[in-house]
Amino acid sequence: MRLAFVARRLAMLVASLLVASFVIFGALYLAPGNPVAALSGGRSLPPSSLHVLEARYHLNQPFLAQYWYWLENAVHGNLGISIVLKENVSTLIGSRIWTTAGLVLYASLIILVLGIGMGIVAGLKPGLLDTSALVTSAISAAIPSFVAAIALIALFAVKLRWFPALGNGTDFLSNVRHLTLPAFALALSSLAIVARVTRSAIREEADREHVQTAVSRGIPRRQLVRRHILRNAAIPITTVSGITIASLIAVAAVVETAFSLNGLGAYLVTSAQDKDLAVVQGISLVLVTAFVVINLAVDLAYAVLDPRVALGSRAA
Amino acid sequence: MTVPAPRAEEALATVPPGAPLLEVEGLTVKLGVEGAQRAVLRDVSLRIRAGEAVGLVGESGSGKSMTARAIDRLLPRGAEVDGRITYDGGDVMSLSGAAMRRYRDQVAMIFQDPRAHVNPVRRVGDFMTEALRTNLGVPPAEAARRAADMLGQVGIADGRRRLRQYPHELSGGMLQRVMIAAALLTEPKLLLADEPTTALDVTTQAEVMAILDDLRREFGLAMLFITHDLELAAAICDRTAVMYAGQIVEVRQSGLLHDDPLHPYTAALAAARPDIAQTAPRLAAIPGRPLSAFEAPVGECAFAPRCPHVRDICRAETPELIGLDGGLSRCARAIELRGQLTVGHGHDGNSDG
Amino acid sequence: MSVAPAQQRAGDAAPLVTVRAPRGGRTAVGLLRGTGAAGIASAIVIAIATVVAVIGSLIAPFSPTLPNLAVAFVGPTGSHLLGFDAEGRDVLSRLLAGATTSMLGPLAVVVGSLLAGTLLAVIAAWRRGLVDAVIGSGLDILFAFPGILLAVLAAAVFGAGLPAASISLAIAYMPYVARVLRGAALKERSQPYVAALEVQGASGTTICLRHIVPNIMPLIVAQATILFGYAMVDLAAISFIGLGVQPPAPNWGVMISENQVGIPQGYPLPALAAGGCIVAVVIAFNVLGERLFEQAQARP
Repeated sequence: MRLAFVARRLAMLVASLLVASFVIFGALYLAPGNPVAALSGGRSLPPSSLHVLEARYHLNQPFLAQYWYWLENAVHGNLGISIVLKENVSTLIGSRIWTTAGLVLYASLIILVLGIGMGIVAGLKPGLLDTSALVTSAISAAIPSFVAAIALIALFAVKLRWFPALGNGTDFLSNVRHLTLPAFALALSSLAIVARVTRSAIREEADREHVQTAVSRGIPRRQLVRRHILRNAAIPITTVSGITIASLIAVAAVVETAFSLNGLGAYLVTSAQDKDLAVVQGISLVLVTAFVVINLAVDLAYAVLDPRVALGSRAA
Repeated sequence: MTVPAPRAEEALATVPPGAPLLEVEGLTVKLGVEGAQRAVLRDVSLRIRAGEAVGLVGESGSGKSMTARAIDRLLPRGAEVDGRITYDGGDVMSLSGAAMRRYRDQVAMIFQDPRAHVNPVRRVGDFMTEALRTNLGVPPAEAARRAADMLGQVGIADGRRRLRQYPHELSGGMLQRVMIAAALLTEPKLLLADEPTTALDVTTQAEVMAILDDLRREFGLAMLFITHDLELAAAICDRTAVMYAGQIVEVRQSGLLHDDPLHPYTAALAAARPDIAQTAPRLAAIPGRPLSAFEAPVGECAFAPRCPHVRDICRAETPELIGLDGGLSRCARAIELRGQLTVGHGHDGNSDG
Repeated sequence: MSVAPAQQRAGDAAPLVTVRAPRGGRTAVGLLRGTGAAGIASAIVIAIATVVAVIGSLIAPFSPTLPNLAVAFVGPTGSHLLGFDAEGRDVLSRLLAGATTSMLGPLAVVVGSLLAGTLLAVIAAWRRGLVDAVIGSGLDILFAFPGILLAVLAAAVFGAGLPAASISLAIAYMPYVARVLRGAALKERSQPYVAALEVQGASGTTICLRHIVPNIMPLIVAQATILFGYAMVDLAAISFIGLGVQPPAPNWGVMISENQVGIPQGYPLPALAAGGCIVAVVIAFNVLGERLFEQAQARP
């Protein structure tokens, strides 16, 4: 039952990935001019380089064949060569991926721990700072991450000097210091949304009739909250948290740029400006894959948490 | 000229002897609705003896569910409660901690909509054995065995397999039987059944009612059976109380309730249910709509605005419960109207209401 | 729904029975009043922002584009209420002028995604069956592309600029719009009056355009409002990273990027002022949008 659901979602996500990769690849042909011009980013190249490009991208073959070769290469980790830096795209990605992964992970932790934590507290104790909390969350939800970024830099880096303003760190600890403000900038608006959804989910569950049944049987409060309120509320909370974290992947690019971090997102932006198409395609593919994988994880979690899932698809 | 009515306590002498298992006295409950405190129960008194089945009948808003919830300490936060509830001699309202848990094991409630009242993400077995394992410390294997046995008693075969299923895999009727079985597992002495069959279709209703009745008698349980259906209550309860606008308006031996009611409202309820054997040109409906306690007029009989037998005396003050012929009635004209309230005498010819 | 006997004129294609389908009902003013104080306050903020977007460049007291490096980052003085930015331009004037692109881009995104999304939603709801399944699956697949990513890709291919970014976002938002509206359209479609109209011979297009769409209009308006907020955030982000509106054109996102250098130097005001404008308008759209959404859901 649940297996069927997961299988269906998996198929759907693989299809999404294929379509997305097709779009990413197809961008080559949407560009004005011919593919070679697009790959070279409008730069003039010596004929030998042009031949290399033609051979590598199989440019004299039909479109679908080219797509196939490109995809095959991509799956094996061969993503082409950067026109600007003249290195393998995969190497360039590899050296930057940990910054982005670290940033997204750090931000996810903040969202999960603080967001869900605050939401649970607000949900279980009605009346606790309700209006002010709602207002604060409404405002924070509306602050875009790059605005949060500059505000955080202005306050915590420049004025208070608690954290560095820009750049990466050198070792693990200094990395964490350098990633703290960016992680908060990235997490802020999502934090507010997750906290709010958590709070409503818990309030809703606490009011449900099956909780009354448990109360009428004398189940102790602690156990009641854990087994009947939190456990049930976990379904919508996980779904929203998962979707929110997935959306961090794209916004990370903006935050990395704001903090001059040496991550995939910032590199994606500069490559787009430089029209280094191979790099753009490579990074896009990686990011979209990560996005799809996270969505799959959310679906899996949902199937585990809700036994009724056979009845319909995830009500995302 | 009024004849002084016999005192309520004397009237209750006709009830079976023995100290009552559950005693509710002067229960008044107010709930906070949109800022104001509104009465939902007014001076409700009730007695249930061990092994006795008492029906509680009323329309929506009459307070019957609220009475059960008050007894089971399930009232919403911020409810104001006055009066006394005593179980087995001890005060219920002041219970807490371990004593409260024991009380909850002894008094089991069965709810109206099983689908909503059973946690959908946990298995049936978990639902049934939770109280056993948590409160009574029964080991899981033993609890599962008892649960499977009890399922057999409520007519569900293959108990072991059912225990592993999820609630959404069972039909409404089956789920209600599971709920009944789960309630009986803690070996309660009192069952509070809040409209257990209202949410089910008619055939399933009959089956579930039969199971409930059988098991109650077999285990010798007392029961407070709440319903809006007068005849259903009469079928399985020894005595039935009728509620209107948050008050008890009549208590009577179930068999006599339909044919010899002591209160105009009971008569109207009985008349409103169409007899399948007869054709009537028009359904006998009670004019107006049922009122909640806070909507009802204070300082007069709550039923006065809708009563076909209303007189000035009815509007003078809120009538007390008076004993009459082995029952109780909260009608100022109860003695006068004796014998005139049977079905078929729908209207008092001299009514000015 | 009212049924009135109609006159039958010989040789006339007049309908046998006149069916008046329930209209969307509320007027714009009524809708607005239903959103409460917060909703009305938000509407006012939005109105102000719109007015400024239209006449911003005209009412700017100083030139929003002429640089004067001598006064770069000088603080508020005299009639320069917000001081000067990184290039010595009056911040207030630049903010007023920047409102135009800051509001125009999201408008294009919203209009684009709503048109496409509504079209797909209504077609899917009307045809149901296979068409619905195909459209539904297709939309589900499109969800894999976050808006900003698509915009970056578009910028790499077509060059940076507001049009490319807006179109990308419109494409990325469209599945979300379609999904929300499809549910409402399905519900509307299963109403009895639709069947009545079908029986009368009204064409699918007519029913959809003149009955279904107007009846889900409150939801469409609520969606549009919420979406405007999201589009504004995303477009400002895209301009901030240099792939949207290009400097030196005035735009709130661009201004944050241009003036970010001032922050470590102790001049946070220009960047924060631009950020503040974005946040204020986005909050207004979010609040109003949510209220309108609640209203749309609460309709019987």
